[in-house]
Amino acid sequence: MADVWIPTQMQFFTGQKRQVEIAGDTIGQIINNLDKAFPGLKNHLAYNDEIMPGLAVIVDGEDTHLGMLQPVKDDSEIHFIPSIAGG
Amino acid sequence: MVETYDPNVVLSNTNYNVVGTRPIRHDGLDKVTGRARYGNDINLPGLLHGKLLRSPYAHALIKSINYEKALAVPGVKAVVTSEDLGQPSDAVADIGEGEIRNIGFLSANCLAHKKALYVGHAIAAIAAINPHVAEEALALIEVEYEILTPVTNAKDAMEKDAPLLHENLITTTQMAGPGGTGENEPGSNVGKHFEIKAGDIDAGFADADIIIERDFSTLPVHQGYIEPHAAAASWDIQGNLTIWCSSQGHFAIREQTAKILDIPVSKIKVVPMEIGGGFGGKNIVYLEPVTAALSRKAGVPVKIAMSRKEVFIGSGPTSGGTSKVKIGATKEGKLIAANIKLIYEAGAFPGSPVGGGARCVLGPYNIANAYIEGYDVVVNTPKVAAYRAPGAPFAAFGAEQVIDEICERLGMDPIEFRILNGAQEGTRQVTGPTFGPIGFMDTLNAAKEHNHYGTKLTGPYQGRGVAAGYWGNGGGPSSATASVNADGTVSLVEGSPDIGGSRVAMAMQAAEALGISAEEINPTVGDTDSIGFTSNTAGSGATYKTGIATYEAAQDIKRQMIERAAKIWAITPSDVEYNDGTLQHKSDTELKMTFKELAERLNTTGGPIVGRATTAERRNGPAFAVHIVDVEVDPETGKVTILRYTSVQDAGKAIHPSYVEGQMQGAAVQGIGWALNEGYYFNKDGEMLNSTFLDYRMPTSLDVPQIDTVIVEVPNPGHPYGLRGVAELPLVPPMAAIANAINDAVGTRVTDLPMSPETVSKSLSNQ
Repeated sequence: MADVWIPTQMQFFTGQKRQVEIAGDTIGQIINNLDKAFPGLKNHLAYNDEIMPGLAVIVDGEDTHLGMLQPVKDDSEIHFIPSIAGG
Repeated sequence: MVETYDPNVVLSNTNYNVVGTRPIRHDGLDKVTGRARYGNDINLPGLLHGKLLRSPYAHALIKSINYEKALAVPGVKAVVTSEDLGQPSDAVADIGEGEIRNIGFLSANCLAHKKALYVGHAIAAIAAINPHVAEEALALIEVEYEILTPVTNAKDAMEKDAPLLHENLITTTQMAGPGGTGENEPGSNVGKHFEIKAGDIDAGFADADIIIERDFSTLPVHQGYIEPHAAAASWDIQGNLTIWCSSQGHFAIREQTAKILDIPVSKIKVVPMEIGGGFGGKNIVYLEPVTAALSRKAGVPVKIAMSRKEVFIGSGPTSGGTSKVKIGATKEGKLIAANIKLIYEAGAFPGSPVGGGARCVLGPYNIANAYIEGYDVVVNTPKVAAYRAPGAPFAAFGAEQVIDEICERLGMDPIEFRILNGAQEGTRQVTGPTFGPIGFMDTLNAAKEHNHYGTKLTGPYQGRGVAAGYWGNGGGPSSATASVNADGTVSLVEGSPDIGGSRVAMAMQAAEALGISAEEINPTVGDTDSIGFTSNTAGSGATYKTGIATYEAAQDIKRQMIERAAKIWAITPSDVEYNDGTLQHKSDTELKMTFKELAERLNTTGGPIVGRATTAERRNGPAFAVHIVDVEVDPETGKVTILRYTSVQDAGKAIHPSYVEGQMQGAAVQGIGWALNEGYYFNKDGEMLNSTFLDYRMPTSLDVPQIDTVIVEVPNPGHPYGLRGVAELPLVPPMAAIANAINDAVGTRVTDLPMSPETVSKSLSNQ
């Protein structure tokens, strides 16, 4: 299962766990399964079934661009952090 | 004997035919001869000129607006207020469509809805036959205000009994997103409060042999772009709107204007004009919806151009704010714990760059235990906008000084200390992810080996400072099309407004892929009807993302050219090679054509060839910089003179080294200004006291030395030629590097920006 790192401000949902193991072949599945395990978490990661604007999804160290469709591997490490908007 | 050295060095390991060379930019001649057309250069038949009425109060309820007398003035054709815009919600849930801005707040910033929230806040706008009539008529608009107490800094705004700017503002706990209001919220001036935790900071500090803690502050500073905001708008008989403006993203201008006016994006075409600087300040609308509303009412085109004073008081500087930085290290010089609190002023609406500051402040370092806390606070000053590496420069101002103080206490060389603690491939960031291939070590080593670092200072009250910086760089959607012309040239249309020479960089990437010269590519920035969606020229991402789109469009051309040659030669495409602009049969050397020869035959052998590509890539590699600066401090007056400055940075691959060097030099000069001179000064009523370039003192050529540059190239695997974003990062280290140099010169830590003679003198007298 993928190793999902929970942002500090969302660890309230996971009982202060920083990392959780979640199954899924895509980021969309990962987020849906996260929400099943920790109800309410999806509302902080997605909006209208898209990645929450302003959030970057990092899979195995790389910024991704396929949103909910982004493939993940069984041993992937996943992070949700603010995206770089920039000047 | 005077030692000589090269002031501009490129440490390159890769060679290409075009990429890495220095051709003349395609738009250069028009710009230096005054032919280039900027936002204010639009003139249309029947064009009216608009002017904005701005609030004289920093905080006031707008009880009523009566513009009958103004409308009666001969020559006045239309007046608009916020009632003439759509009424988008400012509720926290109403975000979407890729935008992270709260459209309700954005609209209220263009024209105040119910409250004036800063001196200079636009209240109403007039269109008249010339700017003078419009300006005179402004005085006849009667606005009834109920004046409220303003708060102009975060400290006061966070007090329990502080006046509230927005009655129902929610304090979100998210680093991302714009925030907003809720129906039954008690209200707060804190739009955001978030935390980042890594490891165990209590255990980390318990193991530290040295702990340094200091408080820092900055005033808001403006990007200082040379071209004031300007926009023109015209509607056709079918209700289609055309806008001409200079911006960092005409698709974003289209989207924001559509939402504010509540019309579909398909009804709007935005034509990008040349842009005279943006640095982050031209990512959002100020004039476009207002100009469009005036034009709709008047039935003819309308243009509004800001004055310099309006730019200062009516557009967005970056945040003022404070920070508290506490860092611990072992006596061997290993960083082991950091606790950082960032409080950033957002101006009148939530949305400061505090998230960027938090994400980047410890980016250069491998540090296991960290706690970072960020506050986004609304105050009665202009709504802030992005400014190069938003949030990171002020965060680094504190952290890099504290690290320098640790080096000083431990007697360690500041570059060696950073080599010991610096991030490398595989280092886990305090935000969680690990770094891929990065060039911080190469950058530190290049700085250490530079002539500047090995040269002795020559006089009393002179000092040398070093600081590092990190910026993540961004990407996003982008589009390019490339048409092969019969003369063997290629017309390239791309979607990124060109702020710093990106057109030539796109042309070079296409030329490299096609094996022709950069001069044989003719790049233009297409309007929103002429090219696919392209996200803003921001996040140091234009040359990256649109470079990828351009590269892929060139590959599309190559594929089609190979197929066409095969068709002409009656062979299969797999038997055709394309090398350096020449197509030839893999084994039959008689079958050979240059790109130009084949281009001449396209229309008679099957028709034109057009390459097209889009991307949404975001793997714009993170980058690091190290700056070295020498200063001399006058101990009597506190005046700081910059003696020498060297900027070292990993660019991945410099597509056009001159423009990378220009970004590094320009950012260093802006950093010198932020460090020593610049800042918004408000009186107790919230009025900006220095809203001219005479009083808001940006550096001139007389204030700065030649900025030496070293471009380090550690390729980014996320780009075909390995480039990393370059434009924002070099504003991260300057203020800290200069503060560290001041300390080296006169032994005082200056913790407040700007480090003006007065501030430095006070710091000296407090020793």
